[in-house]
Amino acid sequence: MARALINAPAKAARGAVIEIKTLVSHVMETGFRYTQTGEPVARDIVTNFTATYNGEEVFRARLYPAIAANPYLTFHTVATESGTIELKWTGDNGFEATERIRITVE
Amino acid sequence: MSSDGKPDRAATRRDMLKRAGALALGGGTMPALVATAAATPAEMRAAVSSIVGKARVNDGKVKVDIPPLVENGNTVPCAVTVDSPMTPADHVKAIHVFTEKNPQPYVISVALGPRAGLASISTRIRLRDSQTVLAVAEMSDGTFWSGRASVIVTISACLEDVL
Repeated sequence: MARALINAPAKAARGAVIEIKTLVSHVMETGFRYTQTGEPVARDIVTNFTATYNGEEVFRARLYPAIAANPYLTFHTVATESGTIELKWTGDNGFEATERIRITVE
Repeated sequence: MSSDGKPDRAATRRDMLKRAGALALGGGTMPALVATAAATPAEMRAAVSSIVGKARVNDGKVKVDIPPLVENGNTVPCAVTVDSPMTPADHVKAIHVFTEKNPQPYVISVALGPRAGLASISTRIRLRDSQTVLAVAEMSDGTFWSGRASVIVTISACLEDVL
């Protein structure tokens, strides 16, 4: 299980725009590099990221090799109701990581 | 050989420099790196039109925030903000980021909606060379807007240690 760091407010006012900062540990091997012996190094990157808020998708990203190692991504969403925000990364070689954060809206 | 000889001479000199660089940096691996296809401004335009189709891309509304001078191309902070009220009637549907001199022009594509509240993302990207980074935003009314930032990169993302 890959390590992920999430920074999001635990509480928010109803209707407030909140910022969610995410980082997942991953090498993001580009597939454009070669070993000492001239063998190409296979691509191994995180390709997709989705954020679902109480089951509804609020943000989706497609990543390419030009994203730096340990992909850092921030986005915004409207705090509509208390519940769970699920963050999911998927990538090459079956990479998968999921994190859930609780948010209380008052 | 062309009649004036100029293009050929330029190409030869470039080849020589590549070979010299390859020798200096230790043999087998470098020629392969040099031979890696690089995206060109033309390829970036092709990548943009593969997404926008025949629609016109207007200038404005999109702000790309990258430091103008970065030391290390391996990790460059990049923020894109689009000026939009983000209401169900008028919001940003997608943001795409492109580079003109990386091995491929695509960097990131994100899908947003009125639930985002604010059309603003930030990430860290790799840059191979000093170049222009372009961001294109697709609005809910079907128009496209773009913004760009020029970056000077002192250490390329592609000169890191090979394995």
